[in-house]
Amino acid sequence: MKARIHITLKNGVLDPQGKAIQHALSALGFDGVDDVRQGKYIEIDLQQTDPAKTEAAVEEMCKKLLSNMVIENYTIEIE
Amino acid sequence: MKTAVIVFPASNCDRDMIVALEKITGHKPHIIWHQDEEIPPVDLIALPGGFSFGDYLRCGAMAARSPVTTKVIEHAGRGGNVIGICNGFQVLTETGLLPGALMRNESLKFVCKDARLRVENNDTPFTNAYSEGQIITVPVAHHDGNYFADDETLKALEGEGRVAFRYVDNAGQVTQASNPNGSRNNIAGIINRRKNILGMMPHPERLIEDAQGGTDGLGFFQSMINAIN
Repeated sequence: MKARIHITLKNGVLDPQGKAIQHALSALGFDGVDDVRQGKYIEIDLQQTDPAKTEAAVEEMCKKLLSNMVIENYTIEIE
Repeated sequence: MKTAVIVFPASNCDRDMIVALEKITGHKPHIIWHQDEEIPPVDLIALPGGFSFGDYLRCGAMAARSPVTTKVIEHAGRGGNVIGICNGFQVLTETGLLPGALMRNESLKFVCKDARLRVENNDTPFTNAYSEGQIITVPVAHHDGNYFADDETLKALEGEGRVAFRYVDNAGQVTQASNPNGSRNNIAGIINRRKNILGMMPHPERLIEDAQGGTDGLGFFQSMINAIN
């Protein structure tokens, strides 16, 4: 199965890279951009074929390594 | 005082730390490669600066999950002293031994310069040779030194005297201009509740003899000698 993981900064955590992107967009003439938050996207191919077991395993991966729970949230899609 | 320095792939301040520890303790530290399975009994383990594992995923994330780091965590759990400088501080937050996280500098730029620090608490094994409120100059060199902790954690750190060093201006005042990286409350270094673990972004090991431009880092090492010997 394939897992697609999005890792984003928690609300309230400043995102200087997102701010820089926002300023760059504005400088390029893209008006009306209120806010930009950037993050990471990770794809993992797994041998496991059971969706529930896959999700549980990926959840563990996120908690143990892929995200820093102090500053980041994650979402997992399995297919 | 027996010491050990952990070396990860792409650590690059390990030699400075080894030289500093040898000069101050009179004994060569054990040099522990990240794949070594054992750390000999020591009084202090130092996690040096650098870009361990290429800063992949997050700074310090891979090193924090490295097998040797579980030995460091065990040492800390027994009350053993641990210091993490720069990347070492990032590793300590990634392990959870110290709270919070080090994020990309607010300026998004790598900052390499002398920083003025105020000693906020000199009642620790790492700061007792300084006087409280003393202003020292110690270099910073990092891209991800922007200390973040949530409001509750920050309140605990401040309330329990666990901020060891803070970035200040020449007059010793906490200002936005003297904050090199956007750290909350201008925090440069913190200790754990048990006071046996310290993490800081500035590099005291780079200022231990006049040839390096100053000796303000000596007090950091002298403090550990005072506390441990």
